[in-house]
Order: sequence, then structure tokens, then C-alpha cells
Amino acid sequence: MSRGRIPALGTWFAKRARTLPAPVAVGTAYARADGLGVRLGGRTVLDGIDLEVTAGQVLALVGPNGAGKSTLLAALAADLPATTGGVRIDGRPATAWTAPELALRRAVLPQSAALSFPFTVADVVRMGRAPWAGTPGEDEDEAAVAEAMAATEVTGFAGRPFSALSGGERARVALARVLSQRAPLLLLDEPTAALDLRHQELVLRLCRERAAAGAAVAVVLHDLGLAAAYADRAALLHGGRIAAQGPPGEVFGAELLSRVYRQPVEVIGHPRTGVPLVMPLRET
Amino acid sequence: MTALPRTDTGTGAGISTGAGTGTDAGAHSGTDSRPDAGAHSGADAHSATDPAAAASPPPPPHRFPRTTLLTAGLTLALLAGCLLSAGLGAYRIPLGDVLGSLLHHLHLGGAELDRVGESVLWNVRLPRVVLALLVGSSLGCAGALMQGVFGNPLAEPGVIGISSGAAVGAVGAIALGLGFLGMWTVPACAFATGLLTVLVVYTLSRSGGRTEVVTLILTGIAVNAFAGALIGLFLFFADNAQVSQITFWQLGSLSGAVWPKVLAVLPCAVAGLAVAPCYARKLDLLALGERPARHLGVDVERLRVVLILVVALLTAAAVAVAGVISFVGLLVPHLLRMAAGPGHRFLIPGSALGGALVLVVADLAARTVAQPAELPLGVLTALFGSPFFFWLLRRTRRKQGGWA
Repeated sequence: MSRGRIPALGTWFAKRARTLPAPVAVGTAYARADGLGVRLGGRTVLDGIDLEVTAGQVLALVGPNGAGKSTLLAALAADLPATTGGVRIDGRPATAWTAPELALRRAVLPQSAALSFPFTVADVVRMGRAPWAGTPGEDEDEAAVAEAMAATEVTGFAGRPFSALSGGERARVALARVLSQRAPLLLLDEPTAALDLRHQELVLRLCRERAAAGAAVAVVLHDLGLAAAYADRAALLHGGRIAAQGPPGEVFGAELLSRVYRQPVEVIGHPRTGVPLVMPLRET
Repeated sequence: MTALPRTDTGTGAGISTGAGTGTDAGAHSGTDSRPDAGAHSGADAHSATDPAAAASPPPPPHRFPRTTLLTAGLTLALLAGCLLSAGLGAYRIPLGDVLGSLLHHLHLGGAELDRVGESVLWNVRLPRVVLALLVGSSLGCAGALMQGVFGNPLAEPGVIGISSGAAVGAVGAIALGLGFLGMWTVPACAFATGLLTVLVVYTLSRSGGRTEVVTLILTGIAVNAFAGALIGLFLFFADNAQVSQITFWQLGSLSGAVWPKVLAVLPCAVAGLAVAPCYARKLDLLALGERPARHLGVDVERLRVVLILVVALLTAAAVAVAGVISFVGLLVPHLLRMAAGPGHRFLIPGSALGGALVLVVADLAARTVAQPAELPLGVLTALFGSPFFFWLLRRTRRKQGGWA
């Protein structure tokens, strides 16, 4: 706090000297897992994961239920300790950062958005700015909140209590909170699950925009079509391991997907764009 | 971009608790995470295609934020309550004389009272008023903190057994005639057992990073029963003088307030009340759940440990001098949340203020309603608190089908 600003009393107890995130060159790995293994409750959930989340790119994590997508995302977010290997964020082991420093570097959208008390939508989105309290980034607070709310189309119910919203609206508010954090690493766990068609597209366009602005984005997706259309790279998880990773066009092979999902699928190129479309093989 | 409404606009949404009290996303993605996506997709689509139609008009600008008005109102009411409480009773002292004597003692003019009046005011009434302030603000603040830490609007020191846990220590110290810390023995024992109870309740009622209301309440019942049994046991072994002293703890009362008692509780209460507001922002974030709070830079484990210590400190301070006074910590934060929204930056100091007001008024009533007899304070708060609790349960059931 040598900047001459007197912080609020509350921040004296919490915010000590923090390293602010420096700009990252597009194309470098902002977060990476090296030989990452995670055991939860005696079960190996992840094993031997080598993965990079690259600045300027959208990475889609796909795979069947229970493949370890959310666990991988949680490990990348430094929520779960690695049993073997490790996770590095912004050039340091994830465990070497303090919670406030991590909060300046990565924003996480959980699978379900809950709230214990009836805060208004604007309050919830503003919570995303908490990590920046007492830093120069504090000056962007209102702008970041307004931008995030406009981007996710929640400005219209800014004054309503979060608990009065529908599931899809809540999901968008939660996303707005994550966006307002303006972290260089975005980890989104099924951001499209509760959303209608329009907002699914909107969310992934937002991911692309953030990546274009230099952020490293990792998204857990169930919709392989969305992943193929919007991700730069895809990692297909199967039984806690990465079955394949690379550009979606290469990863999404009919034979591999059929085996991993235990459901025969066909992959056809979109007639106009050539983007792969994954369809289950149906009899009729 | 219009200015976004701030916390102060208050929606009066009351105690609706959102999608359960759940916190941890990963483990509980099952039934309650996105229940109504289908049901509401129509509304979604509508707001999407025509955002302007769905946009609610911005709330009318208040000249003073609601929190400021509430704070001012509470403070004024508290001052009035204190003056009334100092003046009214078996020996009436006119308000002007109370003020005069206060000013006199502050060397700001005013006039001394006659001997009796002076003695009644300074040795009987004022210690009692100050004690009511300390106990009330401690209980109100502890309630607000506890609800924030548990992420659950039903958490309250009395309901989940912290008060009775602390009372066990106090009663035990009296019954066993402990005196190893002099005047501090009873508060210290109350603090130790209170802290132990908080830890027990906390560990027992949490699973997978969340506290379910049913588990919490049931844990409270078990803890209260166990504490009641221990107190009964101490009563059984105590002699007559100790029995009457112990009965005092169980009913809760501020009678017998003297300055040394005030001094005994003052450090605990002031320390707790001073630390609590520093964690307001973090408690707001904790409402999102533990993991999201951590993602926003909150050291959740440390926050929890510190706040549980603070809650134990505040509750023990209150219980040590006034016995078990329930429902203050439940009622006050709830009413304030309904009036001014759930932001803890107002809720924590506001609850301290409101708790003090409730207790000063309740003590005044306890002293004067059945004159010359005196109602036990704890009985009075429970008498008014339990119907409120009832109403709260019904209201929540009607609005959202109960707590998860």
C-alpha cells in the first residue's frame, strides 16, 4: 500500500503486498498441467494429464460424464491439490500463489450458481471486482461491471434479487460476475448448460472475444458442435486421461468419439463452413 | 449505461435463500442446480429478444440511502431507549435530571442529583443500561456473523446451542466454585465451552462444504439437550445459594448489573465488535459459496476460524453476564436484511445497533411491566422471539417451499 491511498479499514487485515498480474504474450501457456494426477476419496480421478491453457485461445474440455472434466478445471483453478505432477499458473506453481493473488489471475465459473442471501444482481456482479480492491484496477470497477452485465444481457434485471431469477438468468449473472473479474485466465464449467440457444452462442462468442483480447480460456462443454465451432483446441477426456487433444477438427473423429462416448456417432462437415458436426447415429 | 443501483436500494426480498443454501458446485450439481431452465426458457427468450421490455425501470434515487436512514433511526431510538431506561423504574428520575447528571459527570455543566438519585442512577441504572448495550450488540452482531459464516439465515447462537454451551461453562464454574482467574473465571469458562460448542456444531452440521438447515437445527437440538443435561447435573450437585445463582443463568437477566461486571465483559464485547465489521466484504463473497469465495481471493479457512472465534467471544461475553438470552441474534439481522438488503457492511454494525436497542427496550420492559417484580429478560425475549421464528418459518415455506 505505498501508493498513498488509504485503504478501507477492512482491507488492512487482508490485502498485503500482492504481485499484480503482468500482461502475457498471446500464444504462451498461461496455465499448464504437467503429469497431473488427482485422487479424490481414494479414487484416481485424473491421471497423467499434460495440458496447456494458452493465452489468446479457447480450449474446450469435452468428454462423457465422469471423465474428469470438472475435476481438471478445479485442479487448474488450484481448488484441488495435485496428487502427482502439478499445475502452474502465470509461471509459478499454483500452490505458490496466495488466494488474493490467484484471484487476480484466474476467474472460475462454477457449474451451479448458488447464493445464500438475496443479493441483487448488480451486487453479485460487483462481487467479481473484490480481488481488485486496493489496487489500481479498482478504478475500472464500475466500467467492468457495466460491461460484463451488458455483454451477458443481464443489465435489465440489475436491481432484482438473484434468488428471484430463473436458472438461465442466474447462469448469465454468474458469468457476468466472472467476466467482471477481468482475469487473464477464464475457467468456465459448463457455462451453456442452463442456457437457451441464443445465449449459448452469446456465451461462446464472449469466450472468443476474451481470447481475442489476450485471455486464456478453458471451457467445459457437452455440446461438441459448440466446441467445434468456437474452440481453438479441444481436449477429449476419457476415464481421467486425455484421449486426444488438438484442433477440434482433428480431435473429433467419429471412431474416437464413438469409443469414448460409447455411443456410435457420425461426424460430418457443415455444408457451408466445413465445421465438424457431431451427430449420434440413429436408426431412423 | 445508467448508474447501477447500489446495495442501499434494498429490494426487501427478505429471507429467500436462493437455490438452497448450497455452496460447493462440483459435488452437488445434481437436482437443484438448474431445475427450471426448461420452465423459464420462454421468459428467457423473451427478455433476450426484447431486452428493453424486460428492463425494470431504475429505482428512484434516494436522497439518503436507506442504510443511512436506518442507522440514524436506530441510533436515535437507542439513545432515547437508554435515557428512558436510565430514568424509569421503581425510583423515577426525570429525563432532564438524567441528562444533567450525565453532563455533570462529564464535567460539561449540568447538575448533581440528590444522594439517592445519584446512587440509583450511577450504581444501579447506568451499569444496567451499559450492560444491556454490550450484551445486546454482542448478540445481534454474533447472530449476523454466524448467519454469514454458515451461509444460512437460521443460524443463531441460541437456536444452535452456542448460548447453552457457554452457559454450561458459566454454570459449571459457579457450581464447582472455581475461582482460578478471579473475576474473569466465569466469563473465561463460558468462553471456553462456548468455543467448544461452536466447533462441535460446525463440524457436525457441515458435510461436503455446506450446511443444511435440517442438520443444523437438529444439531442444535442435540447440543441444547446435552447442555441442558450438564446444567441439570451441576444443579444437582450445587448448594442452595449456587442453585439460585444458576437459575439466573438459565432464565437470562441483567439484574445485579454492577460496574465490575460491565468491566469483565467489556474487553470481549469490544474486541469482537471491533473485529467483526472488517470481515463484512468477505462475508458478502462467502454468500456465493466457499469455492467461489476462494476464487475471489478469500482465504476461506482463515475467515471461518477467525469469525467462529469472534462469535464465541461475543456469545460468551453476553452469556457470561446475562445468561441465555435467545432470539436477539436471529430476529435483529433478519429484520435488517428485510429492510436494507443482505450486504454485510451494513448488516453487521446494524445488527449490533439493533441488538442493543432490542435489549435496552426489553430490559426496560422486564423491569417495569410487572413492577415491583421483575420478569427474567431471557423469558421476555423468548416470549416475543419464538412467535417471530414461527412466522419466519411459515413465510419461507409459503414463498419458496421451505429451506433446503
